[in-house]
Amino acid sequence: MIKEDNQYAVRVDDKTGDIDELVRLHEMGKKQQKARKNISMELLRKMDKRAAKTRRILYLTKISIATIVAAIFAIQFLLPIVLTISNSFMTSAEIASNYGTVFAINSNGGKVYISEKVNLKFIPDMVSFSQYATVLFKSPEYLLKFWNSVVLVGPIVLFQLIVATLASYGFARYTGKVRAVIFFSYVILMLMPYQVTLVPNYLVSDWLKILDTYWAIWLPGIFSPFAVFLLTKFMKRIPTSMIEAAQIDGAGEWQIYRRICLPLCKGAICSAAILVFIDYWNMVEQPLILLADGEKHPLSVFLSKINSGEVGLAFAVATIYMVPTLLVFLYGEEYLVDGITYQGGVKG
Amino acid sequence: MNKKLSLTKAKSNSEETVKKVKPKRNAKRFWKLKISSGLFIAPSFLGVMTFFIVPFGVIIRYSMLDNPISAKYVGLENFKSVASNEAFMTAVKNTAMFSAIAVPLAVVLSLILAIVLDLKIPFRSQFRTFFLSPMMVPVASIVLIWQVLFHNNGAVNDFIMKFGLERIDWMKSKYSIVVIVILFLWKNLGYNMILFMAALASIPKDILEVARLESANAFQTFFYIKTRYLSSTVLFVTIMSLISSFKIFREIYLLTTDYPYPTMYMLQHYMNNKFKKLDYQALSAGAIMMSLVMILIIGLLFIIEERFGKDVEG
Repeated sequence: MIKEDNQYAVRVDDKTGDIDELVRLHEMGKKQQKARKNISMELLRKMDKRAAKTRRILYLTKISIATIVAAIFAIQFLLPIVLTISNSFMTSAEIASNYGTVFAINSNGGKVYISEKVNLKFIPDMVSFSQYATVLFKSPEYLLKFWNSVVLVGPIVLFQLIVATLASYGFARYTGKVRAVIFFSYVILMLMPYQVTLVPNYLVSDWLKILDTYWAIWLPGIFSPFAVFLLTKFMKRIPTSMIEAAQIDGAGEWQIYRRICLPLCKGAICSAAILVFIDYWNMVEQPLILLADGEKHPLSVFLSKINSGEVGLAFAVATIYMVPTLLVFLYGEEYLVDGITYQGGVKG
Repeated sequence: MNKKLSLTKAKSNSEETVKKVKPKRNAKRFWKLKISSGLFIAPSFLGVMTFFIVPFGVIIRYSMLDNPISAKYVGLENFKSVASNEAFMTAVKNTAMFSAIAVPLAVVLSLILAIVLDLKIPFRSQFRTFFLSPMMVPVASIVLIWQVLFHNNGAVNDFIMKFGLERIDWMKSKYSIVVIVILFLWKNLGYNMILFMAALASIPKDILEVARLESANAFQTFFYIKTRYLSSTVLFVTIMSLISSFKIFREIYLLTTDYPYPTMYMLQHYMNNKFKKLDYQALSAGAIMMSLVMILIIGLLFIIEERFGKDVEG
């Protein structure tokens, strides 16, 4: 869609060139034109060619500078991912020798000085799957924690979106003073650091007798106001004329929500799903406090503790942990972009 | 003239008759809409009520007690003691400084990136994916890599020393804020950029065309047209960045543990430590002060959005 626009823009550019030429010819006046018609036309054509050439060079330099800027940023942005994935194919010994100085003090207090400085290596000396073998086959705890993560995050994403689409429809459909205040408090609650709501959250969970069960994570997650904030913005963009038309056709609120708002906000819902998923996939604090039983902890908690001790395995675990996010991303990136780009009743 | 008068009279007459009926019907419909759309909010509101708002009420109560067990009312004593606490003030200063640096930088840089990608550069969609990729990396892995990069013996120092510069102990000096600002930008630029790209794509093409025909140059088009259309997105991105600037604490905490170098000591560290010490009254008082400031900032942003965003909102 964007490509088409660009082609269109180029066409417009050509047209402007034509118009420029016309205007210039006109300005020269009829007399001059008559007197020096032959010579000036020649000159003009030459000048125009030269101008087009310089314009083209200017355009090319602009594009190449932009590409270089983008490329520099892109390299820096990609570096950590590439590092994680490539290092996951190293043996633990190689990782220890590469990053020994950084983590030396941490690993069981013993000194593992091998090199004075860090060796940032992207290509392993010897490609080995020993990390993966350890993670996948020798210690089943990792897979168990991985499964815990899935069980914890899946329902949160699903039900938070259901609750949030309903609520954001309500917010978008009608805005009164009370609702504005409620919405505002949603935004404020979203900004609260987790430690603040932690104590009362603990109390509420205790009161509901859901402490130490998955419900203690699920319920606050499902009712988190984040997706409501995000989706209301998009629901508000649906033209009222569309909704009114549906009303005249006899649609009730539920039908408007189900048949008009949900399909139109599909992209926005997908992008919200991605953001919520990423947020909860990486949660650390909630399970640590609300789930006393370490067996129930997700892999993210485990991964955050792994830092100090088993650096040798950390990269492989991180890579495995990245796979679902990667899949969600690959599947949803178009939606992520489309969902935000969507404006009004007509796309584009 | 007469005819016109009689016409208006007839009109006003008919309007009066309509008025007698219409308000009633309108009010009925209005209430119906209010209630039925309110029902849509109900599940979310009930959940937020039990898990967020009622707890917040409990926090307000705690902030005025000497401790939760004896539950003696002490008024604003806790607020005074927290506000005069040196650790709290450092935390406030650091958090405010971090947000004040990181959020505007995130907005400006992501806008620049969006404009760059909006030019017709090759591999656009690949670049877009690359910029979004940091969102995928697990937090723990980020922490690991940041340690490797910014440790005293880390890769960045290694790189700096190649140019004959002094090494900097990034995590344990006044430069530590640079480390977390970079971390924040790296993580959030991509999504902000997407938001801006969407806003740039949604500017009506005919207006840009007219500007071109009127021989406006690139800067004029940007400042007089695009900024007008981007204003509401700028505010949205600012709010989103503010939210994520508070979420980045997870990374900072894993990077630094409980008691980091003073320049990295954030409000969340303070809250976390108070939580661990079971000092609920200080935690609550701090939280309430923080939320008051938040209400001020967000309220201001909302008011600005009302003023500027309305006339161009699609």
